[in-house]
Amino acid sequence: MELLVCIKQVPDAKDVRLDPKTNTLARDGVESIMNPFDRHALEEAVRIREEQGGTVTALSMGPPQAEEVLREAIACGADRGVLVSDRAFAGADTWATSYTLARAIETLGSFDLILCGKQAIDGDTAQVGPGLASRMNLPYVTCVQKRRQVDDTGIEVERMMDDGYDVVRLPLPALLTVVKDINEPRVPSLKGKMKARKAEIPVLSAADIGAEKECIGLAGSPTRVVNVFSPEPRGDRKIFTGTAEEQVDQLIEHLRDYL
Amino acid sequence: MDYFLTEEQEMIVETAREITREKIIPVRAELDEKNEFAASILEDIARADLFGIFVPEEYGGLGGGCFEIVLALEELAKGCVGVATTFAASALGIFPVLIAGSEEQKRKYLPDIAAGRRWAAFGLTEANAGSDASGIQTTAVPDGDHWVLNGTKQWITNGGEAQIYTIVALTDPSKGARGASIFIVEDGDPGFSYGKKEDKMGIRSSATRELIMKDCRIPRDRLVGRKGTGFITVMKTLDVSRPGIASLGVGLGQAALDEAVTYAKQRVQFGRPIIGFQAIQHMLADMATQVEAARALVYAAARHIDAHPRQMSKVSSMCKVFATDMAMKVTVDAVQVLGGYGYMKEYPVEKMMRDAKILQIYEGTNQIQRNVIGQELNKEYA
Repeated sequence: MELLVCIKQVPDAKDVRLDPKTNTLARDGVESIMNPFDRHALEEAVRIREEQGGTVTALSMGPPQAEEVLREAIACGADRGVLVSDRAFAGADTWATSYTLARAIETLGSFDLILCGKQAIDGDTAQVGPGLASRMNLPYVTCVQKRRQVDDTGIEVERMMDDGYDVVRLPLPALLTVVKDINEPRVPSLKGKMKARKAEIPVLSAADIGAEKECIGLAGSPTRVVNVFSPEPRGDRKIFTGTAEEQVDQLIEHLRDYL
Repeated sequence: MDYFLTEEQEMIVETAREITREKIIPVRAELDEKNEFAASILEDIARADLFGIFVPEEYGGLGGGCFEIVLALEELAKGCVGVATTFAASALGIFPVLIAGSEEQKRKYLPDIAAGRRWAAFGLTEANAGSDASGIQTTAVPDGDHWVLNGTKQWITNGGEAQIYTIVALTDPSKGARGASIFIVEDGDPGFSYGKKEDKMGIRSSATRELIMKDCRIPRDRLVGRKGTGFITVMKTLDVSRPGIASLGVGLGQAALDEAVTYAKQRVQFGRPIIGFQAIQHMLADMATQVEAARALVYAAARHIDAHPRQMSKVSSMCKVFATDMAMKVTVDAVQVLGGYGYMKEYPVEKMMRDAKILQIYEGTNQIQRNVIGQELNKEYA
């Protein structure tokens, strides 16, 4: 089975700050990591390959240093990593990104199953997975918490819902986005790390994937971020004291003022 | 301090460190409390290829030696000496095959050990044969194409959990130690069973059981090395394995020091963090110095052993004594630095102190190690 995993390099969420002047994400000096949801997608792909054979391709779109997460993906079991990188991609929103990834995947060949993390922890949109599936005209399921069964004819998964889960069966090729419940990712192996160190990471440019200029980067991105800001801490708190009954009475009195 | 590790050795350290951080530390207190064997962590260790670090490349390993084991064990011991002991005991159990086994035996067992598909255990100790290993009473008698083993091994680490056991038995009881041989017994062999799991003071995530052989029949080709050479192989095995136990002491001592310094920086008494008091500073300074001295000796000993010198018993025993006595002292001091909190199970140093004690006892008590050092000195100055 030919598997492909989309992986994003993101700033470590333990250390997210906004630049107070520009109100954009301050990336300087922040450590980059593999998007945690993507790590689960990769683990699931590697497990499917271990059971069924085939290959796992890790694909990332990003600046040249995103090569690091692809090496990490190889250390965690991916067979190869491919980076899609070009200055022309800069400023891409989810619309342009899904276009770019779709072009890259079509350039690489055909895949039975594409796995993505539910969302990236920097943008938190959860749009690229579904966007990519739509671009490629593939059936997809988001928020997969469990793989029940997979073979050449199709895949059956559990989609996490607020009040339980749906069981969904879909034909292959298909795309899944996964949540963290799906598995417990492994620690990169020694042999994997040695392989990762030596691996060639091919880089595909906009020209390599035949991308239309107006569809990529800022030009291809209809999204405009008007403003990003840290919410002001709220100061108008009121603490009621006394017995539980007294507190409830005070609360009711207080709420009356708003009626 | 920089010990000038190769890139591959750095990778081993990093991998073992990740296992410790991601897989061991989150569950160590629970495993300790429940006296529970850490099977799933061993699977993680296997998937990370760590079981193969000391297995030659032609048998599917990474071709490292004693030093590579030391590096991995030190990191694992920072998380839990019980888990690390399980790993160390598997290495100990297969060393006799590496040292004295036939080509067929190596081909049969080493690839599984390297991949972590099977684990090993070493069966030497008996109820009446501890420090005096020559007192073993387990016997092996030839019977056609088989050997028949009878006897009981005691306090065997990985007992009941491992699939491959190297058992020391007498093939010629009249010759005492010179009549001992080593056999491979596999889980499921007829007449081979396990006693109850021991309830220990520390290293409770490791499994310790009796091995019971009652007319245990095994094929003739399970004899490791030549008949009667068992004790020579045992001594060579222990020479190579002792630095591993020493490194458990280094890892444990380092972990206890880390906890003590972290606590001393945040605990405020008399209006300032207690690390500002000289009484605490001097304790921490001694702990740190002892940990580093032990690490330097263990690394040097392991590198010496990997150079295959003719004589290695003395340095092997020296590093075991020094590093494990250090671990006992440093963990006791760590509990002291944490005071009442250190005595509580909510803080990890309580477990560390309990875990430390076994290091002075198993794989040759520290008194026996001093005997070895003393005997070697006696020979050297003859």
